Amino acid sequence: MRIELDVNGSKHSVDVEPRTTLLDCLRDQLGLTGTHAGCEHGVCGACTVLFDGVAVRSCLMFAVQAQGSQITTIEGVTPGPGELSPVQDAFCETHGMQCGFCTPAMILTAHALLANNPSPTREEIVEAISGNICRCTGYAQIVEAIALAAERMRGANRPSELRK
Amino acid sequence: MSEPGRHRYVSTDRRVREDRRFVVGKGRYVADISLPNTKHVALVTCPYTAARIVSIDKSAALTMPGVHYVLDGAELAQATLPLMTGLETPNVPRRPLAFEVARYAGEWVAAVVADTRALAEDAAEKVKVNYAKLPFVLDAEQALEKGSPLVHEAHGSNVLLDKTFTWGDVDNDFAASPRKLSLRVKWGRSSTVPIETFGVVASWDPWRDILDVYASIQMPRYADQIGSALRLPVSSVRVHHDVDVGGSYGVKRGIKHTVLVGYLSRRLGFPVRLIEDRLENMRGGDAHGPERLFDVEVAFDDQGIIKSMKMRALENVGAYAGRSPFQLGKPIGAIVGPYKIQSVRYRAIAVVTNKTTQEAVRGFGQAPTNVAIERTIDEVANVLGLDPLELRRRNLIRHEDFPYTIPSGTTYDSGDYHTVIDKVLEHTSYEELKKERDALRAQGKLAGIGLAACLEPSGGNAMFEALLNPKISTTTFMDSCRINVDGIGSITATMHTTSSGQGHETLVGTVIGEVLQFDPDLIRVTRPDSLNSLPSGTPVGSRMAIMLGGAAFHAANKLKAKFTAIGAHDLCIPADRAVYERGEVYDRNAPQNRRTWADLVQIAHRSYHRMPVDMEPGLAVSHVMQVPAGGKLPTDDDRVQMYPCTSFEFHLILLIIDPALGRPEIVKYRIGHDCGVVINPKIVRGMTMGGIAHGIGAALYEEFAYDGEGQMVAQSFMDYILPSAHEVPPVEIIHHCTPSPNTVLGQKGSGESGYLGAPAGVANAINDALKPLGISINRLPIKLSVLGDMVAATQERKE
Amino acid sequence: MKAAPFEYSRPADIDEACALLAADESARVIAGGQTLVPMMAMRLARPTRLIDINRIAALSYIRTEGDSVAVGATTRQCLVERDALIATSVPLLARAIPNIGHVATRARGTVGGSLANADPAAEIALTAITLDATLEYRADGASEAIPAREFFIGPMITALPAGAILSGVRFPIWQGKVGTGFHEINARRSDFAFVSAAAQVELGDDGKVKRIAIGVGAATDFPMRLDSAEQQLTGTALDDAAVRASLREALADIEALSDLHASADYRRRVAIDLAARAVADARLQAQGKTHAH
Repeated sequence: MRIELDVNGSKHSVDVEPRTTLLDCLRDQLGLTGTHAGCEHGVCGACTVLFDGVAVRSCLMFAVQAQGSQITTIEGVTPGPGELSPVQDAFCETHGMQCGFCTPAMILTAHALLANNPSPTREEIVEAISGNICRCTGYAQIVEAIALAAERMRGANRPSELRK
Repeated sequence: MSEPGRHRYVSTDRRVREDRRFVVGKGRYVADISLPNTKHVALVTCPYTAARIVSIDKSAALTMPGVHYVLDGAELAQATLPLMTGLETPNVPRRPLAFEVARYAGEWVAAVVADTRALAEDAAEKVKVNYAKLPFVLDAEQALEKGSPLVHEAHGSNVLLDKTFTWGDVDNDFAASPRKLSLRVKWGRSSTVPIETFGVVASWDPWRDILDVYASIQMPRYADQIGSALRLPVSSVRVHHDVDVGGSYGVKRGIKHTVLVGYLSRRLGFPVRLIEDRLENMRGGDAHGPERLFDVEVAFDDQGIIKSMKMRALENVGAYAGRSPFQLGKPIGAIVGPYKIQSVRYRAIAVVTNKTTQEAVRGFGQAPTNVAIERTIDEVANVLGLDPLELRRRNLIRHEDFPYTIPSGTTYDSGDYHTVIDKVLEHTSYEELKKERDALRAQGKLAGIGLAACLEPSGGNAMFEALLNPKISTTTFMDSCRINVDGIGSITATMHTTSSGQGHETLVGTVIGEVLQFDPDLIRVTRPDSLNSLPSGTPVGSRMAIMLGGAAFHAANKLKAKFTAIGAHDLCIPADRAVYERGEVYDRNAPQNRRTWADLVQIAHRSYHRMPVDMEPGLAVSHVMQVPAGGKLPTDDDRVQMYPCTSFEFHLILLIIDPALGRPEIVKYRIGHDCGVVINPKIVRGMTMGGIAHGIGAALYEEFAYDGEGQMVAQSFMDYILPSAHEVPPVEIIHHCTPSPNTVLGQKGSGESGYLGAPAGVANAINDALKPLGISINRLPIKLSVLGDMVAATQERKE
Repeated sequence: MKAAPFEYSRPADIDEACALLAADESARVIAGGQTLVPMMAMRLARPTRLIDINRIAALSYIRTEGDSVAVGATTRQCLVERDALIATSVPLLARAIPNIGHVATRARGTVGGSLANADPAAEIALTAITLDATLEYRADGASEAIPAREFFIGPMITALPAGAILSGVRFPIWQGKVGTGFHEINARRSDFAFVSAAAQVELGDDGKVKRIAIGVGAATDFPMRLDSAEQQLTGTALDDAAVRASLREALADIEALSDLHASADYRRRVAIDLAARAVADARLQAQGKTHAH
């Protein structure tokens, strides 16, 4: 089937079988390999993308279902070549990763959280990432990265007097 | 050896350079690699626990769209040699595809090659295999019994290894001790289960006679084993080390996957790719971890001083040997833990059963052994009515005792266990914690404090191989680093293995930067392929900070010496007057006389007439390093130095259990950690936190459970429970540093930290919580429903 | 883990969807897909055709209908989670929903999908049974209704006829001093529950129970109501000991599920405890005090 997908702000025309998951389509046909397959049954969360701004598991959606929605992958939140978003930079600052395999999903989940909740508590951060499994870090530095990103984003673009 | 706190870059809070590519999704994992004309493999697996393969009918599969080939075990067995094993067990061959007999449910029986993975799976369903079911055995103790079904008929028994070691006068020590205690502890089958499954792409180039291999790999001698099985010279195998590995913690040793696709690529003439799906990985990927039954007996006095220990460790290896039996041997290097036990009898038994094959898991058997030791320590305290912390204090090796040689022959390099404990208790008062526990108990909760004091042997020096198999006489354990300064003056260093998140590129850059006094971020670190690499033992045995760090240090010092010599010669001063400082060389007596980095590079690369006599031109150095304190074979009485360094961790946990639900909840978690000089604090913290998460998983959630018919009931992530962020409590890490005298910077390993002691600490906390009920549990994982049932049964008995 | 091949249809309305379903007995409806797609990936489910109802707007709604709140079948669980009408009028559902899966699965999972899937541990099914909800479905161009208690007939088995598609569910609104409680136990938060319990209580001005509904999920093939306990506890002050005694009696003879996660004994025993906690929470909330947990 020929379908049109809106990915990271661009339209792509791809030919897929109905059974091709959104995950496989993004990776194999659009070359967006930053989204990863960890379990293919919706538990580990490594395949997370934003679907109309909402974090979803791309392994649990067929590409044909994704027509008409805006999909954002990790490549879509990267500002430009060699640049890092505040969330990405915060993850580097706290070393909120080791092998990096769950990291794009964690970052997108963080983006979705912070878009709705600019001042999350530790518990709210933990709840938000509880659907993303990491086997390397034990989560502490990931939670710290998201808290740091939130703090920096809250403080951005505001005159210093207002922050007192 | 340097003093802690005296470094410019080492131990400073630097970013990990690898992170940059990961946060933008530009890691290069094996599934991201796309070679033209690659075909895909899906496996046909055996549904039965043990069965003779009567026939395989490929005809229907071969007619399916996009299918190129169906490979069976018979063809592969003809064309390749069995995989290497460490023990002398020629009648227990291991092959990528089952040959004649399938020995566990999920074992790979045939491989389909097709244009896409989906088409390969479609065709795999059409391969018709006729099986004749065979009797099977699942339990290790049953496998030992006479009359048990044999997993490998030709081997004559199910025992791969049964060796008893006696170090010291165990029988007399037991006879002379007023008290004894026995305990049985079971470590359930779990593993580290990375989020990325194992994957490999192999591509045979018949014109260059090179097999290119891209894999999510973490293992030593990978190219050797590929060459051996495929009957290729190892110089025809090119393993690409610059593939990012999505987590391994020991288990990414897919040698059977690699031989499979390597053979197929050579046979079929195009690149072949196998990325395990999660179902293949869980059952047939052969990445299970230890399943070990301990019988421990200790002899002690009324003060609780433990004189002697007997330990029988029975390992349920699974259907084939893999690396598993050696996981019984590594703990020998720390067999008494951090305690002054004087004599030990250790019996290591490895049996095969009809379960999935094991692979090396983080700690290589140390974490289960630590549970056995630490539970025993607590039970001794229990029996004597002593506080478990006090009992430990009395038995721990003291700071002034180092270097300390344990009965099995390993000398522990350095440590100050009492100070680490003191520091933790300064941070969190033990007396206050006990009050908190008692207050919780008064509220009707079950509450317990768990302690664990454990060692992390680090550095490799895998002498357990020679101990368990006297035919092995390997005493060389190497790593290496090469540094080149190019003609314009930038520095490039190489490391010769893959990396799975441990920040090795950052490690190398930091160490070289420290020596050369340059910002580490200016130092490029690459991972050339195996044909362009010097020897490396790879990241196993918590060795890389020591070995790769050591090799980088020595190489950098060679480079520094070369710069200094070139500078001295050009300044016409004797060598001892030349000072190297931040890339420049100057005359100690006349500092204004100096050569800059650019000058020296120019001389080395282009002005041979200014070089010292007979010196090699250019600025290329390398260092291949042997493991410190290594190089000797075991003595006749089985004593040998194993790992050169021992890090130490002390866990202090407060835990509550809801008595009605049985659900444990960790309320407070403190860990004292001493891994010598820390090269990068962010990396080490991550290792410890991640290790604790793994340990909590092994203690409470994770198990490859089997039913009575040998079918795995935890086949996916729906039933194999991995800890999420909710299950890992906040942890406070309290640091101490006793540098190692054996390493270049005083560093020790930390790759296994947290995992080695967390299961023991959690198990002890749970048992302390159950203590008022007079019950105990010594079988991991400790499931909440089991706890709930145990507590309920106790309450029923009371009523 | 690639699904077996299938055809894909995206009908414009529910009747077209029913016609497609009726035309092929191996066709299946896909809504959120959070349960169906993993089954397909493992090839345990192999529909020949997927009928995608996600974008049929008419099936997504939350609105008052008489003395009930009607929720359309394709309404996303996350919308129900945030909805003000649900919070005030079907508070038990508001308590239950955050226990379902994770944020990312609730973003796609639907109310109808969960009900039609009928997992014994499903939170929405437990809520529907506890509140005597009415499920609505469409078949052959006609709408039918069926009480929740008759809808769930086995583990993952419902009374939905072949070719029928669930269109919505109506939850009765309780007026007055109403309180709710919902508890479940699982290995990890948001895993499938081993046992769950839901309670809704309406207190009279005398502080005694005017009305009470108690349901237990995940312990048996489908969620159950504790009718005998409800009868015994009506008119009482919900003294904890009396509550537990009633619950014990109501659950004494159930044949609880047993699996690698929990024994039948565990489920039976913990059902009592969780139901007692749920009832206590409901009582406290109805009394105007909120139980923080």
